[in-house]
Amino acid sequence: MSEAVIELKNLKKYFTISKGFSTKKIYVKAIDDVTLNINKGEIIGLVGESGSGKTTLARVLLNLTKSTGGNVVFNGVNLSKATRNEMKKLRTEVAVVFQDPASNLNPRDTVMNSIMRPLILHGMPKKIAKQNAVDSLELVKMDVRYLNSYPHQLSGGQLQRIAIARALVLNPKVMILDEPTSALDISVQAQILNLLLDLQESFGLTYLVITHDLNVIKYISDKVAVMYLGKIVEFGPTEEVINNPKHPYTEGLMAASPIMDPHDRDKEKYIMQGDPGSLINLPSGCHFHPRCPYVSEHCKDEAPQIIVLPDGHQVDCHKYAAVKSL
Amino acid sequence: MSEELLALNKLSVDYKVKGGYLSAVNNVSFTINKGEIFAIVGESGCGKSTIAHSILRLLPEHNEIIKGNIFFNGEDLNEYSEKQLERIRGREIGMIFQNPLDSLNPVYTTGFQVAEGMMLDNISREDAWNRVIQIYNDVKMPDAEKRAKSFPHELSGGMRQRVMIAMMIARTPQLLIADEPTTALDVTIEAQILNIIKTLRDEFNTAVMLITHNFGLVAEVADKVAVMYAGEVVEQGTVFDIFDNPKHPYTKLLMKALPRRTKSEGRLQTIDGSVPRLTEIRNGCRFENRCPYVMEICKSKDPDRRIVTESHSFCCHLEGEVRNNE
Repeated sequence: MSEAVIELKNLKKYFTISKGFSTKKIYVKAIDDVTLNINKGEIIGLVGESGSGKTTLARVLLNLTKSTGGNVVFNGVNLSKATRNEMKKLRTEVAVVFQDPASNLNPRDTVMNSIMRPLILHGMPKKIAKQNAVDSLELVKMDVRYLNSYPHQLSGGQLQRIAIARALVLNPKVMILDEPTSALDISVQAQILNLLLDLQESFGLTYLVITHDLNVIKYISDKVAVMYLGKIVEFGPTEEVINNPKHPYTEGLMAASPIMDPHDRDKEKYIMQGDPGSLINLPSGCHFHPRCPYVSEHCKDEAPQIIVLPDGHQVDCHKYAAVKSL
Repeated sequence: MSEELLALNKLSVDYKVKGGYLSAVNNVSFTINKGEIFAIVGESGCGKSTIAHSILRLLPEHNEIIKGNIFFNGEDLNEYSEKQLERIRGREIGMIFQNPLDSLNPVYTTGFQVAEGMMLDNISREDAWNRVIQIYNDVKMPDAEKRAKSFPHELSGGMRQRVMIAMMIARTPQLLIADEPTTALDVTIEAQILNIIKTLRDEFNTAVMLITHNFGLVAEVADKVAVMYAGEVVEQGTVFDIFDNPKHPYTKLLMKALPRRTKSEGRLQTIDGSVPRLTEIRNGCRFENRCPYVMEICKSKDPDRRIVTESHSFCCHLEGEVRNNE
């Protein structure tokens, strides 16, 4: 049995906004009741349209914002109850790489300083930190001569490698990658994806990859979680979710994903209508019902419960309620 | 028989930079026929947008040198005076950009901005407004009448891009230049916009010049493709030529770098190295430093264009030589 590294239990994150002079508070349910287990050594892909709460989920996982309800359990330690020391240890174990590497590196710091900084903050002497920085740069297959370069002297792919090197320097167990290749060209994207896979294999890392590019997810991940308006609507093994989507939203998303072969273009294509809803005015019942082709009266009134199908596929839709009761 | 609409003949664009010239576009020739979707693909900085901007002379003045001819319906746009060109812009050749919010005026309603172009053609305000509503319905804008009275900030990204498209088709141009029209949008919205562009072509026989770095879009809608690298078109052909039978080493490698498989089926191909600095370019093939098949001749002599079929051609020294050696 594989052990869970991260367990999310009924996780909620609400933001409050107030409109005009009214004192009435409006909640933005960025994450609403998310339950998810990430096992050791797995690569989980998290997909969804913009504004579906993907990045908020990453921020809560990193404890960059406090959750409103529910628990994040990391290696058995509950984030909301963690002591200072536990927290400090956790920070070395979870690393993050953001989308735009150029804006995440200090323009006035050399590559070496940027990579060394986390080590020094965690109390490592400068000499050893330097050696670790060099090792880590070699891990991401970059020449050591770049150590004294500044970010503006490097290309997008090189910057992303440095961001990965900096994330790796503390020997993390989990890496959260928020759109790691969205800002990169195809040839560079392939380099970074292969690098990430190599690193994962040699260190047994666990990845949570957030992206909207389904082709990237298909290539890199073991399992896929599909997010829509703050909820995880489907979760299961990658091939299952991609080839045999259960939730109507996943179906639409897969159909919309650009084909990679012009011979496929004449196939009848289902184009999902409507815009991704807003988290402020959530629809009643199932959040997806205004765009769903299979919508029934029931969907408008009542939110569906998560159903676990026999093959381990987890889906949040009334369509499958009958399957469960069998 | 298809009619020729736009023909570029040996177009070169040099930018003046500190200490010399930067050859952004070099010796580019291609032809777009009426009713054809012609895609220009390439990585960032390869000169795709420079071509688009030079057609409508939107480049910063006195800062560039344009050589070659741009024939539009048989007339050379490079010879046109600024006034003559003004009549072409918007009416004959429309253009949409990556970020619609940058292209819309925030203080006017979107309906007015669409109507404005038509009123230049001496259509009365009332008729123009009615036509706006009609076009909004054509581009499948939900609540057309209400949206025509909305300001740009009140619309979602997908709706804004629809406004841009509406603005362009209002004057039924013969050529629509779409510069990364869906890069800022979610995949589901992207599929909707592509559908609109396809219907536009079918109904009005508008030719579309689609500029993108996304091969998914190309596979989806393009009839013909030009692959650009460092300011040159290295290969062009029908979409099936390019995807099924790529000839140029760069195109071949790119096709293998596209994430179209899962990691269990093997790693993606990568292209080592990076694009040369365009200021440093001298003689020889521009792909020479990254090409796995590089030969001595590549470093000194520009490759000639080789014809595979009537529609398919590429620029490389390789093909003949390898066959001789085999």
